[in-house]
Amino acid sequence: MPFDLAFIWAGIIAFAVLVYVILDGFDLGVGILFPFAKTERHRDVMMNSVAPVWDGNETWLILGGGGLFAVFPLAYAVVMPALYMPIILMLLGLIFRGVAFEYRWRTEKWKRVWDLSFFGGSVVAAFMQGVALGALVQGIEVVDRAYAGGWWDWLTLFSVLTGVAVVIGYALLGATWMVMKTEGELAAQMRRYAVPLGWGTLGFVGLVSLMTPFQDPVYFERWFNLPGSLYTFVVPMILVGASILLFRGLAEEGRDRQPFLAALSLFVISFIGIGISFYPHMVPPGLTIWDAAAPDESLAFALVGTVVLVPLILAYTAYAYWVFRGKVDPEEGYH
Amino acid sequence: MFDSLTAETLARVQFAFTVSFHIIFPAFSIGLASFLAVLNARWLMTRDEVFLRLFNYWKKIFAVGFGMGVVSGIVMSYQFGTNWAVFSDKTGPVLGPLMAYEVLSAFFLEAGFLGIMLFGRQRVGDKLHMVATAMVAIGTLMSATWILSVNSWMQTPAGYGMNEAGQFIPEDWWQIVFNPSFPYRLVHMVLAAYLTTAFVVGGVGALHLLRDRTDGEARRMFSMAMWMAVIVTPIQIFAGDAHGLNTLEHQPVKVMAMEGHYDSHPDGAPLILFGIPNPEEKRIDYAIEIPKLSSLILKHHLDAPLNGLDTVPDEDEPPVTIVFFSFRVMIAIGFAMLGLGLWGLYLRARGRLYEAPLFHRAAILMAPTGFIAVLAGWITTEVGRQPFTVYGLLRTADSLSPVEAPAVATSLLMFIVVYFFVFGAGTYYILRMMNKPAHTRRLGLREAPVRAAGPIASTKAAGSRADDANA
Repeated sequence: MPFDLAFIWAGIIAFAVLVYVILDGFDLGVGILFPFAKTERHRDVMMNSVAPVWDGNETWLILGGGGLFAVFPLAYAVVMPALYMPIILMLLGLIFRGVAFEYRWRTEKWKRVWDLSFFGGSVVAAFMQGVALGALVQGIEVVDRAYAGGWWDWLTLFSVLTGVAVVIGYALLGATWMVMKTEGELAAQMRRYAVPLGWGTLGFVGLVSLMTPFQDPVYFERWFNLPGSLYTFVVPMILVGASILLFRGLAEEGRDRQPFLAALSLFVISFIGIGISFYPHMVPPGLTIWDAAAPDESLAFALVGTVVLVPLILAYTAYAYWVFRGKVDPEEGYH
Repeated sequence: MFDSLTAETLARVQFAFTVSFHIIFPAFSIGLASFLAVLNARWLMTRDEVFLRLFNYWKKIFAVGFGMGVVSGIVMSYQFGTNWAVFSDKTGPVLGPLMAYEVLSAFFLEAGFLGIMLFGRQRVGDKLHMVATAMVAIGTLMSATWILSVNSWMQTPAGYGMNEAGQFIPEDWWQIVFNPSFPYRLVHMVLAAYLTTAFVVGGVGALHLLRDRTDGEARRMFSMAMWMAVIVTPIQIFAGDAHGLNTLEHQPVKVMAMEGHYDSHPDGAPLILFGIPNPEEKRIDYAIEIPKLSSLILKHHLDAPLNGLDTVPDEDEPPVTIVFFSFRVMIAIGFAMLGLGLWGLYLRARGRLYEAPLFHRAAILMAPTGFIAVLAGWITTEVGRQPFTVYGLLRTADSLSPVEAPAVATSLLMFIVVYFFVFGAGTYYILRMMNKPAHTRRLGLREAPVRAAGPIASTKAAGSRADDANA
């Protein structure tokens, strides 16, 4: 495992994507659960619980895209055309949900339209992110530094499964976020929802994990030969531990933060699992991290700013979350 | 309907469409973010409620516009890869880090502090709220800086080498970032954003002055906007001229298209005020021209020779008609803005700035012209550098993704439908908010959030949220 600029950058990009997944994961999840709210007031609270932070959350997605373009331009140039339709549909989904944050307060007549756009956009964006992940795991055909497949290659049973898995997983994050951020009837309702969503997430993670080794012999090697088989043992163990914390937290009133934190760790550990499958590839099956990396001059220049700015960003992002800490005040909002 | 179109044409139309929609929002939010910072600072300094009411009014309009800018911007950051993969692979090592810096130094700053600026005055106090408001404004300017550096490098590439894979590779970052056209383009665009916003604010102020000339907020915003118009427009005309001379130096072919110079003029070129380009015959029909003036403007000498498009191979020529007209639209709006600014100054000197209905009507008419000028300017510079994505080095036709035409056509149709629907609605909501005076208690139209809570909550709301209460 050479410890060089390309490797460091692969780590940073993976970190950006992970931060995106867990942050936007819960606010997309709130969107996915939106139609299940029982009253208008509940919907207001749900939306206001993420309104001050959703924009920052989504910026990590731009960092994922922009960062890939900067440091792994070949991977960016191959993955985007290969995942053309899922990416475009995800972007359109994000448009519909993003504008709803403002629009639904600006109209009475069309409020239902923007409620629906918040829900639909969130579901489509989440589903397409999962589909993109599944298609990437299955591998992308590259010839002469370019994508060599067709524009429907991404659509398979496996990618649909990963799509559904992400929708359910995000809904779990959203539900546990609401348990943490709200009170009373709404929190109780979300606590009830989180239990089947938790089982659903685990079920899909299990199913996808079982199928992954068969998508490519490389993955099989990775997970069922030493030293990889150690991970095969450790990763599911941690997963079980996080699940126990999740369901215990959900079972006991008063443990409002634990379910969310446990759900986050489910995502982190699944993400690490995917990372183990991928390494050393950037775009399976052909492109390694080093094949796709930009020249060292680019990696070094971008790294200088990243080392300074990312900690700063994490600091003021944490500050913004701290400012809006605690339960959502139903009276608050600026509209 | 797209059967006869190639993937290249479709991808170009798609990029033109999405980027044109996108630029409208930043052009507005760059100016508005700075305007909000000024309003908030003035409120803290003077404690004059008019400034606070204006801040809260424009803040809500900003929020809607900014949201549209964010979502249309995310599309841009992925479109390089989806439709222009070869371009991305080749230029990524040079342009990618600049874009990464834009995300890291600008987007996060805006997004991180936007929530506090919109929702957090009571939670963090006046001082930190002011810091957050300033950070949002600085973020929009940083974003403009990086993305214009990227665009300028594509127009006037510098500081690069090539590797064996055919990629541009960085050799001198200073030269890359501060490439020859960047300072001019940056100044021209930031001023354009400020002017765009100033004319919108002026138009809204004028509308409310027409209805009630004693409206304090309307008077204040109208006065501020008209100062901007009369001070910034001449600076912008000067900056635009300097940018044009820079273009003549580095991209002379673009200037030929802008001027409509099909033929070379060895002893002084005329300034074509108006005419209709005839690309087949390679001439300007019905031209109204002033002899030798173009040479005077561009070379500061009446008899200076200027080359025409006859010196350029056909396959390197940009589409003249589009560039010729879009350039004239931009110039005409620039001078109309100057005219309005001077008219305002005259009325102000006579003490009649708030009592001139005809002038107010003109200001309303001029309100959207900043957007048109910004679009026309970008069309001029972007179409004018065709047929290249990296000027002189990488052709547009060689930049394309290996994506089939039906895929591009499908996504283009989806973008058109969704953008008109979503951004049409947003624009309508913005216009509806603008149509209400700034002292309106509830711009939101909905009684939100619902205030059915008991007396404690109501008192708390009344006490702690006095600032934001005219929501």
